[in-house]
Amino acid sequence: MNTSVLPGDSFNQHHWSIWDALPWVLGLAVFYLFDGYLALGTIVIIMIIACMSLNLVLGYGGVETLGHAAFFGIGAYVAGLWAIHVTPEPITGLFAAAAVSALFGLLSGYFLMRMRSLTLLMLTLAVGMAVYEFANKWSSVTGGDDGLSGISVAPLFGVFEFDLVGRTGYLYALGVLFIVFLLFRAVVCSPFGLALRGVRENIWRMKLIGSPVTLRLVTAYTLAGAIAGLGGALYAQTIQVVGLDSLSFELSGNLLIMVVLGGVGRLYGPFVGAIIFLLVQDRAAAFSPQHWMFAIGIVLILSVKLSENTLIQKAGHGLKKWTMW
Amino acid sequence: MDDVVKGDVRLLSESQGTYMTIPLQTVGLTKNYGGLCVTDAVDFSLEPGARHALIGPNGAGKTTFVNLITGVIPPTSGEIRSFGRDITNMAPRQRVKHGIARTFQINSLFPQLTTAENVALAITERTGAASRMFSRVERDAELERETVTLLEDLSILDMANKRIAGLAYGQRRMVEIAIALAVKPQILLLDEPAAGVPTNESRAIIELLERLPSHISILLIEHDMDLVFRFANKITVLVEGHVLLEGDCAQIRSDARVKEIYLGRRHG
Repeated sequence: MNTSVLPGDSFNQHHWSIWDALPWVLGLAVFYLFDGYLALGTIVIIMIIACMSLNLVLGYGGVETLGHAAFFGIGAYVAGLWAIHVTPEPITGLFAAAAVSALFGLLSGYFLMRMRSLTLLMLTLAVGMAVYEFANKWSSVTGGDDGLSGISVAPLFGVFEFDLVGRTGYLYALGVLFIVFLLFRAVVCSPFGLALRGVRENIWRMKLIGSPVTLRLVTAYTLAGAIAGLGGALYAQTIQVVGLDSLSFELSGNLLIMVVLGGVGRLYGPFVGAIIFLLVQDRAAAFSPQHWMFAIGIVLILSVKLSENTLIQKAGHGLKKWTMW
Repeated sequence: MDDVVKGDVRLLSESQGTYMTIPLQTVGLTKNYGGLCVTDAVDFSLEPGARHALIGPNGAGKTTFVNLITGVIPPTSGEIRSFGRDITNMAPRQRVKHGIARTFQINSLFPQLTTAENVALAITERTGAASRMFSRVERDAELERETVTLLEDLSILDMANKRIAGLAYGQRRMVEIAIALAVKPQILLLDEPAAGVPTNESRAIIELLERLPSHISILLIEHDMDLVFRFANKITVLVEGHVLLEGDCAQIRSDARVKEIYLGRRHG
């Protein structure tokens, strides 16, 4: 009888510990202690969600993309239009946005996920630009350059009004982040998540152990579409204006910077990256509105200089245990 | 074959009997790169349960032959059959489902994943579990059991939680074989499994090869003649893309051309 077992940590999977409470404690602390920062906090949460989406395809699937804002922007526009034309009820808007963005991920991914590296970079860039121009030209629906305004959102669950300070919006976003995070964690710890990392590590060997790699990547891309679409929907519902910047190349680039900053392919990478990026941006912009990118540049250079892969990696064993991968 | 009338079925199936059971067969398999012919009309057949070695000097086209069979590169002409089925134009992934697995001369692993994950990948892709999104890998008792059994068979269970990037070269060669076995192949193509492994470690690999289940038909590509003569009961000599000679160990050992072209060059 075979009684042997695998040694501990044979499968590189995240296990809950006390540290996992930190982001949520921090999130609630901001709510209760720094309500002047709720608007910024909401943006941070939204960007964490968008970064998780990018991290899924880039960090776990090894898919290089420069067009991730398309998912976010589509989600934002769909949620905005949903609120204006269908119902101001926010939860259905979330689902609508996620569904349309996922569909876009499925359709574009069907073609894009057969490509790799530079070709893929150029094509995702092109698709992102095309969606941007489409929204720009279709101004009768999207508002074009002026943006989509007049979005009003009904109280959450019919009870909680979206107030001017943004208290409801903040907790709403935090709640969505929590659910998305749990789903994300489940997916990356699943056999599918393992297969996705396998594709990242060695796509040819995957084919030669019988893996349908394109299907795996398209699935991940579709899922990423849904997640980023949720981020975009939160953006539309809390800011209540959707501009073309939500589809811009600049946003795609910023998301990439955030993911790299936090650590590609790490469960908590998007949290770290988005928080650092947006806080530095906020502080630097307050200090010098014209030159905030300068500060981001320095942070990027430092993060690359200080560590081979990520800021987190060098931050000590305790942190490493917490973040896993 | 489609319009066979009923009365002929028995006759046909009898004549097809052997054909259906041949794990692998190539007919006039050819690969040209421009004017360079790397595989030259190779007729080859791998018997059920074979311990067949493919030898030949460097550049003879041995790895190209394996690449053609696994579908990594398309042939210029010719046909590849497996268990009665024409697999010449089958996608690599489908060939794996059909029962063909291989190892690589140069390690082709998943460097940032652990040994257990490397093997589990192949197992979950085989069972179909790899499309599951909401079950945890480490909670899959069936997967753990199979992973443990396989790693234990190969004496690499104690490395299960180490990343490939941190393993010694000889250990990586073992993982290379472990992945191929996890696919549960009927046909196993081993491309120089012991290449570059120090002698004391290569013994473990040889012993492993000898322990492989007899129902798997194995084609071994190898430079080490001692290993070839010890392992194989049939040998094909490939020179400049074409089959020079095929026979058992004694025939190959005594053939003057083989001595001159292959052994002579290595030992002389």
